[in-house]
Amino acid sequence: MKEKQVILEIQGMSVSFDQYAHGFSKTTLEVIRDLDVKVHEGEMVAVVGSSGSGKSLLAHGILGILPYNAALGGKMLYQGEELTQERKERLRGNEIVLVPQSVAFLDPLMKIGPQIRKGKKDPASRARLDRIFEGYHLKKEVQDLYPFELSGGMNRRVLVSTAMMGEPKLVIADEPTPGLHIKMVRRVMEHFRELADRGAGVLLITHDLEQALAVADRVAVFYAGTTVEDAPVSDFRQEETLRHPYSKALWQAMPQNGFRFIPGTQPYVKEMPEGCPFAPRCTQCTEQCRGEIPFRELRGGRVRCLHAV
Amino acid sequence: MVLEAKHISFRYGKESRQILEDFHLKMTREERVGLIAPSGFGKTTFCKILAGYEKPDDGEVLLDGRPLSSFGRYCPVQMIWQHPEQAVNPRLKMREVLAEGDGIEPRVIEGLGIEPDWLNRYPGEISGGEMQRFCIARALGERTRFLLADEISTMLDLITQSQIWSFLVQEVEQRGIGLLAVSHSRELLERVCTRVCDLDV
Repeated sequence: MKEKQVILEIQGMSVSFDQYAHGFSKTTLEVIRDLDVKVHEGEMVAVVGSSGSGKSLLAHGILGILPYNAALGGKMLYQGEELTQERKERLRGNEIVLVPQSVAFLDPLMKIGPQIRKGKKDPASRARLDRIFEGYHLKKEVQDLYPFELSGGMNRRVLVSTAMMGEPKLVIADEPTPGLHIKMVRRVMEHFRELADRGAGVLLITHDLEQALAVADRVAVFYAGTTVEDAPVSDFRQEETLRHPYSKALWQAMPQNGFRFIPGTQPYVKEMPEGCPFAPRCTQCTEQCRGEIPFRELRGGRVRCLHAV
Repeated sequence: MVLEAKHISFRYGKESRQILEDFHLKMTREERVGLIAPSGFGKTTFCKILAGYEKPDDGEVLLDGRPLSSFGRYCPVQMIWQHPEQAVNPRLKMREVLAEGDGIEPRVIEGLGIEPDWLNRYPGEISGGEMQRFCIARALGERTRFLLADEISTMLDLITQSQIWSFLVQEVEQRGIGLLAVSHSRELLERVCTRVCDLDV
């Protein structure tokens, strides 16, 4: 079998914001500290983290649409070459597409049809959009509406359609299904799966581990600004094959796996502990965990824990 | 005590779609009822009607045979919303958000893992999971008899979900509060409820 090419590789990504608290005192909030993720062609990788943990910044960082007061660090490679701001601007919307989290990303003054077709009027583009909409139970009339005229669920399906229009090489889906019914979620996920099976890399950013496990090939577990583990989906079948104590705790907390929980909460950005962000809740924590923790290879996956075996 | 929804019908405005039609539900304070229903069924609307936020076009909500409105200023049926950030006043500190409730016991605050330091923060300074803990605490006032949980853990991570539900189940059992839990996750409802009402067929 031919080795699949890496489409996107992110190493040690960080995103921080400058904040002015009182007058001139400036603080820096590091929302993403150490994010590592790799997407091969034909592969669907899910980055799973709780809401409000800054996952969306990953998508915005890749596309070069972070707000002006954000600083981006780390290394980003697209097809083996560094992904510079200039390159991001050239590729986004063509080779790299985003399925955004919110309908606020649509142009409120442009009708749905022309907006999704990006102004193209040729019969092939029209036919393609018709077909995509049909698949999502969106009537043809919807193309003549403005975003505000759609319901939440319809808007959501329109957003997903945007990724299906071209032949993207990398699809970034940022929490694409909240508020959708479970059956529609499945359909949307099948479409992403299809894109991956046709050779695109799909990066799914979600808070829903169960959903990720149902469709993705690999899962990157995101905790308090850090990817703590990168594992093939099959490793989530039982606790033993997982590597990081936080992933194991997530597994145990699933209703079907015992519904057990560990105490505590994810640390707030301003009170991030030194070293391992999970240390305050970890039973295996030792003195060394307060220092730098490398993201290392382990049993066909990667883990950011000194004690994982 | 019995909470009963009788012949509930509802639609938002004359032109819009009929959401609920002749819907019934009856539950006691000893029960934890799970509700699964398809999208657009009107689960949230139904909760809003049960908690007195909306009036049904037809039918009535009775608590021990009496209409909700006869229970004075505090509604014994309290609702917890899916999106906590939309259910708190962004200009109040979390301490004041809690004070909107009906005498919230320190035990509840502690049991939900709310840290004293969070009380001095504004909603924008805490995470969604932390905020949802406040919203749950706020609904667990002294005079609460029934609790409606509308997809309250959908946006939380699994550990927070498990933490919150294990506290809630224990709390409502201990105080004899009836619970209606709406969720799309059958596994979750089977874990936390005494019976599951599945309308998604």
